[in-house]
Amino acid sequence: MTVPQAIAEGHRLNVALAPAVRLDEVTKVHGTGRHAVPALDRVSLEVAAGEFLCVVGASGCGKSTLLSLIAGLDRPTSGELEVGLGRPALMFQEPALLPWLTVRQNVELPLRLDRAGPQERRQTVDRLLSTVHLLAFAEKRPHELSGGMRQRVSLARALAQDARLLLMDEPFGALDAITRDILHEDLQEIWSSSGLTIVFVTHNVREAVRLGDRVVLLSSRPGTVADSWVIDIPRPRTLDSPSVAATASQITERLRWEIRRHGN
Amino acid sequence: MATERVERVELAELEQGLDALQVARPVSEHPALRLARALGPRLGGVLAVILVWQLVVALHVKPTYALPAPADVWASLVQQARAGHLGEAIFNSLQRAAVGYTAALVIGTLVGVAVARLRVLRTGVGSLLAALLSLPSVTWVPIGILWFGLSPTTIYFVVILGAFPSIARGVISAVDQIDPLILRLARSLGARGPDLYRHFLLPAALPGYLSGMQQAWAFSWRSLMAAELIAISPQLGLGLGGLLDSGRQLADMPLALAAMVGILAVGLLVDEALFRPLERGVLRRRGLAT
Repeated sequence: MTVPQAIAEGHRLNVALAPAVRLDEVTKVHGTGRHAVPALDRVSLEVAAGEFLCVVGASGCGKSTLLSLIAGLDRPTSGELEVGLGRPALMFQEPALLPWLTVRQNVELPLRLDRAGPQERRQTVDRLLSTVHLLAFAEKRPHELSGGMRQRVSLARALAQDARLLLMDEPFGALDAITRDILHEDLQEIWSSSGLTIVFVTHNVREAVRLGDRVVLLSSRPGTVADSWVIDIPRPRTLDSPSVAATASQITERLRWEIRRHGN
Repeated sequence: MATERVERVELAELEQGLDALQVARPVSEHPALRLARALGPRLGGVLAVILVWQLVVALHVKPTYALPAPADVWASLVQQARAGHLGEAIFNSLQRAAVGYTAALVIGTLVGVAVARLRVLRTGVGSLLAALLSLPSVTWVPIGILWFGLSPTTIYFVVILGAFPSIARGVISAVDQIDPLILRLARSLGARGPDLYRHFLLPAALPGYLSGMQQAWAFSWRSLMAAELIAISPQLGLGLGGLLDSGRQLADMPLALAAMVGILAVGLLVDEALFRPLERGVLRRRGLAT
């Protein structure tokens, strides 16, 4: 067993002790009156500390709403929501880097907002940029980098928040296959060596199986928890290993059934 | 385990290779070549205008006292420069424009921020600004003269009223056009109060603000000329507009055209030497201009 694996096992022991996020019958309705659109309907969900949870679903399943609620950017219309790990870090589908700042300054931003001193900032940013293998590009500006590199800068910035909960909203959706593979590996390593709790939203079932401890399927309009799978395929996993493919096709089958339901 | 390590090394190499391939490489150009590329088309344009002008003069469409040749205008320009009038006029006009523009910048920014921040002001003041923007600033001259007499205050009054709506509109549209994703990011990072302004809102609004500033310069220079053409008195000192008016009074067409050349040149020079580089620098750093 490698060291990261041992640490990952360690988190899993904590799982039963304290849920990091708990949603109890959470409902979210956008708008009011006749224009009201229910986005989430009585969603109950627990995320264990140290867990890597993937949420999949078709369009309109309220995946992004779910993350906004957990991130505290939005409030549930009804139900109870508890986040036990302090303010979470949120990563968007777009890198959302500030174009007027260099890579270093972008990653540094959360530290500046937390009033960290210059030396601490420098050390932390150097460490995080090495984690995402971008230290050589610290003084570049976002527009000079590729989409995958920008998303890695975004990941480094999220890590700079030093949050214990990382929320990811389809962060690799717009990337090519090879770049995505690399980012999966980077994220996998960061997760297993850090003790982070991750809630990862994606429409890509294989990606969910590749990364997650557990995959939750949300049904659409309004979003409810349709099903949930514990993924006990040993890590490291690859996107095209037979076991990942088999589990993914099982989940995809269920997802298709959910989507077909809306056609009738 | 060994194969896993090999795979990881391979993946790291793959990552490095991709990064190297995908980073934009800066294209460098010799400074002389860049200067030629910048100046060439501009000089060509001026040359073309002079050529057409000379052609029209040669065709005797108008008598030469009404349409003098470029060379006559140049001679008049040189004569005014030698006598010290041109320098004095440029200095006075630039000084007035600078004072009026700075005041307009302050007022416009305050109004713009207030309107952008307070929804109540939005519709009312917003449409008022649009109306002000389309009002020719020369219409403020009579009011200015009645209120402040033939004084520098009148000129500043006209310049400020001509220029501040552009600044205010620049601020408002700059704030409106801030990428919502940036606001979401700021919220998710927990930025509030001064932090929100310093790290997110102000830098995000900068390009729009700068283009408002640039437009306001054109407006203030135009307003200034309108004011200088009408509000003329010995105690005000000679400006470029005054020089133009003395050409009219003396029926000295070369002088009038020389003054116009001066007005065009100074307006353009300030734009090209001050506002454009500022705007281009900001845009280039963000990858929005080459």
